[in-house]
Amino acid sequence: MERVAIVGASMTRFGQRDAWVRELLAEAGAAALDDAGVDGDDLDHLYVSNMASGEFEGQTGVPNALAHDLAAQPAYTARIDQTSSSGGAGVYAAWQSVASGASDLTMLVGGEKMTHRTTAEATDVIASLTHPVEYKQGVTLPSFAGLTARLYLDEYDAPRESLGKVAVKNHANGVDNPHAQFQKEVDLDTVLDSPTVADPLRLYDFCPITDGSAALVFCPESVAEEYAPDGSYAVISGIGGATDTHVVHERADPTTMGGVVDSSDIAYEMAGISPDDVDVAELHDMFTILEFLQSEDLGFFEKGEGWKAVEEGVTDRDGDLPINTSGGLKSKGHPLGASGVAQVYEIFKQVTGDAGPRQVEADTGLACNVGGFGNCVTTTVLEGSQ
Amino acid sequence: MSDNETDADSATGSDERNSGEPTFEATEYADGTVTYPPHTVGPNGAERVGTVDLREREGRVVTWTTSTATPPGVREPNTLAIVEFEMGDGYDGPPVRALGQIAETGSGDADADEQFDVDIGDRVEPVYADELREPGAGIREPESQEWDGFRFRPVEE
Repeated sequence: MERVAIVGASMTRFGQRDAWVRELLAEAGAAALDDAGVDGDDLDHLYVSNMASGEFEGQTGVPNALAHDLAAQPAYTARIDQTSSSGGAGVYAAWQSVASGASDLTMLVGGEKMTHRTTAEATDVIASLTHPVEYKQGVTLPSFAGLTARLYLDEYDAPRESLGKVAVKNHANGVDNPHAQFQKEVDLDTVLDSPTVADPLRLYDFCPITDGSAALVFCPESVAEEYAPDGSYAVISGIGGATDTHVVHERADPTTMGGVVDSSDIAYEMAGISPDDVDVAELHDMFTILEFLQSEDLGFFEKGEGWKAVEEGVTDRDGDLPINTSGGLKSKGHPLGASGVAQVYEIFKQVTGDAGPRQVEADTGLACNVGGFGNCVTTTVLEGSQ
Repeated sequence: MSDNETDADSATGSDERNSGEPTFEATEYADGTVTYPPHTVGPNGAERVGTVDLREREGRVVTWTTSTATPPGVREPNTLAIVEFEMGDGYDGPPVRALGQIAETGSGDADADEQFDVDIGDRVEPVYADELREPGAGIREPESQEWDGFRFRPVEE
């Protein structure tokens, strides 16, 4: 199987944007093509990660629209929808297209336009992924987070403040990310005094609603230097995808995300590494509690110990294992289909030494993109070329 | 374990012993496991062999939350709990749980009444509601699913 390299990357500014989904996708796509030094018609495959452009905006057929806007015809196109993990699933599809030999040059663009909807409407679009017996009870993804956070705090004797410290850390990281929706620090009191959304979780425990797009260009590692002669490319050394139950209450342990465990096992084995070898990670902190769950289920910390790592500064930018140097979904924003792509964008920047003020010492990085409430997961391991 | 043999796909069935009264229908599979809601096959791939009416089971609160930012057509606030049912000593399958709203303390008018307080470990029982959420107010097609079902209320000690 051909090893796959990433030779181009871009992301738009995340936040409240005037642009609609087609324009957002084109903005990131054109910038990634430019970064890789290629044109649209050089692409064999073009994938778009997007959860709900039809539901949010009434715009379907976005891959074809993007191909036309970037003059990428006759590239094969497809839309990848795996809810919040559409971006990670898109990385998997793009990797697969090159690794299999079906494509010599693939671009993935993830994007979503959400902020024209009210919070209630956007929450309902996202909650439509739930089973009918969950949906009729009025469940939302934030309420799943509240349910899980209460159980986690109770089972592992974790202080409520530890969740708040995830928000404080990730907002501090976001200050140095020019693409982030919030480039502003918050203090713990602000987090803990913010309005309750799904108790014990409060407003600052949740990511915002966001518009934005991100893009990556993939090719066989054997030709990567043709696109990146200075060696500024990264290799996908491991990738795994997995699912957990659709119905959240059917999981044996509600504080364990089986899809994270299974997808990371596959990715680690493919990369030939253990969790200890990861230097930097982007986790899907749609809610603060998710950073604890993923950091444990990825094997970085023992079960029930993830909160201690945050308390002790282990996951700070200058800690032993920096997590969410981009600011995470919490600060950077969460345009559903773009988020998993933007996570890999950050790891690409880190392992190629191009992360600017966010740079940490990193040869190997990991991105974990979660859909639903752990329903679908893609874990990707990147290594720098040098 | 099964109360009835069935292949119905509904999670809120009808009680054949008392026609018209809704049941809280879980499914039993050939290997003895039970799930709510029903699936095409069980967690281990076993076929469906019958149903179990969870109305007749007591449960305990695994965890709960009160959501104050609810989507269209949902009461606000909306206290939700994951409840694990007591399936008896003879059952050794995976836990049987349901996610449900916590019932109102009074008349059942969701907009007027307070919801019961619950905590982790509390004993609760199902109570039927003919409309848990306003059909058609949200994005889901009203005809695509049922909107009645069961809330939970504390069991008086």
